[in-house]
Amino acid sequence: MCTAQRIVRRTGAVGVVLGVLSALVGCGTDSDSDTLIVFAASSLVDAFAEIGAAFEEQNAGADVMITTGGSSALRAQIIDGAPAAVFASANASTMDAVVEAGDTAAQPEVFARNRLEVVAPAGNAGGVSGLSDLARSDLFVGLCAAGVPCGDLSRDVLGEAGVTPSVDTDEPDARALLSKIVDGELDVGLVYATDAASAVDDVVAFATGVDMTTPYLIAPLDGAADPELAAAFVDFVTGPVGRAVLSDKGFAAP
Amino acid sequence: MTTRRGTEERIPLLLGVLASLAIALVAIPLVGLLVRVPWSNLGSLLTSDVVLDALRLSLISSIAAAALSTVLGVPLAWLLARRRFRGRRVVRAAVTLPMVLPPVVGGAALLFALGRRGVVGEPLDAITGIVLPFSLAGVIVANTFVAMPFLVLTVEGALTNSDRGVEAAAASLGASPLRVFWKVTLPAIAPSLRAGMVLAWARALGEFGATVTFAGNLQGRTQTLPLAVFVSLENDRNAALAMSLVMVAVSFAVLLGLRDRWWNNR
Repeated sequence: MCTAQRIVRRTGAVGVVLGVLSALVGCGTDSDSDTLIVFAASSLVDAFAEIGAAFEEQNAGADVMITTGGSSALRAQIIDGAPAAVFASANASTMDAVVEAGDTAAQPEVFARNRLEVVAPAGNAGGVSGLSDLARSDLFVGLCAAGVPCGDLSRDVLGEAGVTPSVDTDEPDARALLSKIVDGELDVGLVYATDAASAVDDVVAFATGVDMTTPYLIAPLDGAADPELAAAFVDFVTGPVGRAVLSDKGFAAP
Repeated sequence: MTTRRGTEERIPLLLGVLASLAIALVAIPLVGLLVRVPWSNLGSLLTSDVVLDALRLSLISSIAAAALSTVLGVPLAWLLARRRFRGRRVVRAAVTLPMVLPPVVGGAALLFALGRRGVVGEPLDAITGIVLPFSLAGVIVANTFVAMPFLVLTVEGALTNSDRGVEAAAASLGASPLRVFWKVTLPAIAPSLRAGMVLAWARALGEFGATVTFAGNLQGRTQTLPLAVFVSLENDRNAALAMSLVMVAVSFAVLLGLRDRWWNNR
């Protein structure tokens, strides 16, 4: 039963349901295999898949299941009792809410940082060259919705630069926004540098010119089936292997 | 239905238990929602700009989608029920597909077809300047895409089962086929047509996946109630719960008003 559970990218509710089901069928109590459910912000999907695989190699029997989604959606699921062992959020406020709800087992740690980039589809038909182009009403402009970490950071960056964007859509998360830019449906948007790096052949990226980053925090959770394994995973992410993978994916050091 | 006394009034234990479980499965989540609704400041939550904009866009787009589904779907249902043509079964399967597809897939398909870089969308933009994504028109197209099958299936079923004797009589008296359709066929299936329109409207009102994928999400332009609920769940749960309550109340009132009309109209 548990051999089928390798690291799989799962998003949102489906991942939670699968996580709960696997806990119910008893994988967590199997002495040979120890399932660790990790909730991670969607921008961490590639990095955490690699880190999780490396962790499994070093910890025989550990089975890392990574569920990715918007930080705030994951936060809501954790507070509502989802059986996650570790939470990695893409900003401080979502982690603060989980801490306040009493769901963390240790002090959260900043393990990486991310910045935003102005991104246009390959070919750049709109002639985008920087942050000020987000104010152009002749372009189709997309942002992450307010309340989502990338959306809040986008508004801070635009506010700092004094640019009032001419927004055509507030996408529910960074990946949804990126795919609309890759497809050429949007002419320009603000996404994480790491997302831009993941689609390097399909987009052109420009610096925002604003020095603002978002911290990524990680903490073991109260509901972890195996608290030691959860703590070990957190140490692994903040340790040399985790840092190397994160830096490779375009994250800045904490 | 006639009522008879005796064995027919008894509910076998097994059926009663299973039916009660069925009711619980539907009712418990609704109770869960009602328990969480912030009743004390419901008024101020429901009169915020976000909610009023979303309510207005939801009403406009769902009614427009039901109307468009009717105008296009009734002729299609008639064709499927009354005419034999090559590929009829393929057409019927294709038309029902949006009921089965995950709406997100439908939205992506719409984007590839009607998006700014889509097969049809790009020439449409070049020739007419019309861009469907990120517009209210795009919301209506997405809603119609997912809602029309409900109307087509309902109306086609009624047409297949309706008595064609009166139509034949009208035709033999010299009425043109279009006049027969308008004056005889449509009035005969009116209850089913009404039920199909309401089902299509209800499906459009709850549409989320195809809309957010194809038309995006912008308050006052494309953000309907389901989209506003989803975005608010991220940062303002009370507003999300208040809007959910509105959707439940509106849908429940309409379905209650319909009663079991769409089963018992033949």
